[in-house]
Formats: sequence, structure tokens, C-alpha cells
Amino acid sequence: MKTIEASGLTKYYGSLLAVDNVSFSVKRGEVFGFLGPNGAGKTTTVRMLTGILRPSRGEVRVLGYDMLDEHEKILAREMMGIVPEMANPYVDLTAMGNLRLMGELYGMGKREIEKRALDLLKLFGLYERRKSKVRAFSKGMRQRLILAMALIGDPEVLFLDEPTSGLDVISARMIRDIIRDEHRKGRTIFLTTHNMAEANELCQRVAIIRRGKLVAIDTPEKLKTLGKGLSVEVSFEPMVFEGSAIDSALRVEHRGDKIRIYTDDPDATIRELVRYAEEKGLRIVSLKTLSPSLEDIFVELVGGKDD
Amino acid sequence: MNWWVVRMIKTLKRSFAVAKKDMLIFYLKGPVIIMGLVFPFFLFLAFLIGRHLSGEQLFVGLTAMTAFFTSTAVGPTIIPWECRGRTFERLVASPVSLTAILLGDLQASFYFGLAITFTIALPSLAYLSIHPSFGIFLLSTLLAVLSFSAMTVLMSSYPPTDIPADVMMLSSLVKFSLLFISGIFVPLRSLPPYGRWISLLSPLTYYVDALRHALGGGYLPLPIDFIMLAFFGLAFFFVGSTIHGRVLERRFT
Repeated sequence: MKTIEASGLTKYYGSLLAVDNVSFSVKRGEVFGFLGPNGAGKTTTVRMLTGILRPSRGEVRVLGYDMLDEHEKILAREMMGIVPEMANPYVDLTAMGNLRLMGELYGMGKREIEKRALDLLKLFGLYERRKSKVRAFSKGMRQRLILAMALIGDPEVLFLDEPTSGLDVISARMIRDIIRDEHRKGRTIFLTTHNMAEANELCQRVAIIRRGKLVAIDTPEKLKTLGKGLSVEVSFEPMVFEGSAIDSALRVEHRGDKIRIYTDDPDATIRELVRYAEEKGLRIVSLKTLSPSLEDIFVELVGGKDD
Repeated sequence: MNWWVVRMIKTLKRSFAVAKKDMLIFYLKGPVIIMGLVFPFFLFLAFLIGRHLSGEQLFVGLTAMTAFFTSTAVGPTIIPWECRGRTFERLVASPVSLTAILLGDLQASFYFGLAITFTIALPSLAYLSIHPSFGIFLLSTLLAVLSFSAMTVLMSSYPPTDIPADVMMLSSLVKFSLLFISGIFVPLRSLPPYGRWISLLSPLTYYVDALRHALGGGYLPLPIDFIMLAFFGLAFFFVGSTIHGRVLERRFT
């Protein structure tokens, strides 16, 4: 069963075409990643899917409800949890107050709200601060609270627009763990992210959008097969390397204390590297062959620039 | 139960949740205190000092100014503040219609206006030893505060800004223009004919006139005062909601 269906979604801002004829569907229980450079149309697409923006053309159905119909949109949202990009909780309310407000907006009963809110505050590590005004919260705590607010209504589908953007490692990891848990519970998750490792780790399928158009949609592993060539990563001690020393190298990148060499022939490259280390008296600290990462594919598809 | 009734109850419950949030957050904001409490107090002093006014005239002036300024103090800035604080998209994305959100904002203005107006007006009645028709006073105050609160829905609709000061400036301009044409400072019967025609464009005129009826005076027929207050309230809410709906996307782009 399809939880999200977008068909021919198009959005103009005046004469600017922000999203161009985008179609895809997300299956029930799937974690679907939506990737793209800044300005590619990700947030506009999420806003159309959640009924915040009305498409200039096209149709959206979430859980079978027509998101262009005002009444059906409200019914669909009762089963949706939404974390908009750059959203804040109310800083003049307490953490509990924010959750209570969302529970009331979801039409929940008072007891149900209290129980669910306390469970979520514990889950997100905010229980001790439940009576504190959000003004005193860090960015990570606020983002955890925003996600808790999205979960208050026990939604069937979650729309998360950059949920870990700009967060500290602990908060980002906690949010990723919760996304995994929510997926295990059978929720459908639509995740917009800049973080390729996150998309690779969490998503069963990803779509890549560029300049308002979908340029790829598939599983992360299948997308990786679109990449050109393999690479070999090596680290020497001491770290001395001349790029011209390896004849089989297509491109050489310095990455911290490592060198990544893109090649069509990893076997020849490894032999050359070993020979080079012997000639120069270097110790090989690490040596590994790498297939293209999702990030490599992303950069290849979007051209390495923002839109 | 009829599905339409269920839908209405759901909308009203959720709009009340929005109103509660507004009351908790916005009532204590500086501009609300200044424009809703401090400012009308000093305006009333300016109205009072150096003039030999009867108790009835004082009561009408004080009550009308309090109702007008308090019920229009909160509403206009709620949505710009929400946009500025990046909370509005979260609110719009929840399972409530835009109409329910605006109805919640209207209620926040209504409860604030009503509470302050009665807090000021009732002791004033005792202090000034005047005895208005309580039914007319109550009904006209309810309708007037509702109408002024609905006016804030219209005031906050355009321009779709996230700068509260912009909306405050525009709403102050409108409020002061209405204050001086509504028969508070110069009674309707003393205005020149063109002034009387202009005064009919202000909802405040009908409230001031209804208050005078409550004290045995009044210029326009009392049913007209009630009908016009209700009409202005409905028209402000309808037009305001329509404009909000049209400019909503501009608040996110």
C-alpha cells in the first residue's frame, strides 16, 4: 500500500519554477530519503506533501487522503507528524506545555496527552526539564522537543525536514536512533537531509532532486552502482605523497591523513602504491578499496554545486 | 450526530487550544501591555483633564476606549510574532484549519478585551454612581469586543510580515483614525453632517452609541447599533480570513 503519492507536482513562485513535475510514491513502513543541494526544491516539495503549500499543478495523496481538499487534509494530518525545517517550539512555554498544546491540536484527551507527553519526554531525555521554559533549551534539546511534538499524536507517517541539521553529535545520534525505532514500529518516514551518511544509514530508498526535477530515485546501494569507478584510500607514515607517482590514478584527493585515489584499475593502483611505499621507505598504516559512496553519486548527479 | 456539528465542535476545541497558547504567550508581551493598558489609560487622562464631563460621559469614554484598545492590542501581532519565532509553520502544519487558528487568535483578543473592560467598567460604575441598563451594557460590550477582536484578524492579514512593529504601526494608524471619528470626544449629534456619515464607517461609533443608550441617551436606533456591531465583526473575520488564506504561502517563501 502506498502511504504517500505525489503525481506531477509542480510549483511556481511567480515566474520561478521551484518544483517541476515531480512524481513518486512511498510505501507503507518505508524510510524514504529526499536529497538535494540547497535551493533544489526539497522543502517546497515537503510543504506541498504536507499541505502547507498548494501545488501549481499535480496531486498529492497521503494515507489515501487528497491533500488539496481542506477537510481531507485535516483528517490526514491527524495521522501525520511533521517536523518543518528550522521550526521552533514555543520558547515561552515549558516542554510539557508545548506537548500539551500539540496534543490538544491533535484532538487528544487530557489523560492521553499527559501519559504520551511524559513517555516522549523520557524517550527524548527531556523529562528532567519538562517544567523548564524552552527559552533555556539548547538547539539539540529544542530539536528533540520538536520531534517529540511531531510524535504526540502517534502518527502513521512522519515528515522530517532536516531533523538533524546543525545538531551536536549526541542529539543527532539520539534522533537517528529514534527514527530507526519509529521505523521498526512500522511508521512510514519521509526524511529530507543533507547528510549522505544519514540517508545511506537510515533510508530504504532515496530520491535526489536538482533544480526542481527528480534526477534519481532508487535504493542507496543501487544508486551507488551508477558511480563511475572505484577508489583506493591509503595512509602512510610519514605522510609523504606525490600525486604524479601513480600512473593508474584518475584523480587524487587529500583527505586528512589519508589519500583517496580514484581509479578504473584498483589492482594496478594498489601495486603502484606498495611499490611507492617501498621506494620511499614509508610504512603503510591503512590501505583499502572503496566503492562509490552515496555522497559521490550525489555529487556526480547534482554537479557538486547548490542550485 | 451530524458530521457538520462534529466538525464544528472539533474546530472550536482546537481553536480554544490556540487561544490558550496565545493567552499564555502573548498577554505579557511589552507592546500588548503598552498598547492595551498603559496607552488607553493616558489617553483617558487626556480626555478627562481640563474638561467638565458628567459621570455618564466619563463612563462612556472610559469604557469605549478600554474595550477598543484592549481587544485590539493582542491580535494584530500574534502571527508576525509566530513567523518571527519560527513557530507558525509548525502550527499551520498541525491538524487545524487556518480558520480555526484565526478563530483562536480572535478568542485570545476577545477574552483579554472582555476581562479588562469589565475590570475597569464595573468599579467605575460604582465610583461614578451611575446605573446603566445592564442588559444593553452587557450585550453591546460583548458584541463590541467581539467585533474589535475580529478587526485584529483583518489587521494582521496584510502585509504578510514577520515584523510585529510593522503591523503595530499600521494598526495604530487605523485605531487612532477610528477613535476620533466615533463620537467619543464629540457626540454624534454635535458632529457636522459629513462627520456623522464618516462616523458610520467605524464599529466603535455603534458601541459608543449603544453605551449612551444604556444610560438613556443615544443617537442611532439601538437595534442598528447591535446589528452593525455584529455585521462589522462578521465582515472583519470573513475578509481577514480570506486575505490570510491568500497570503499564507508568502509567509513561508
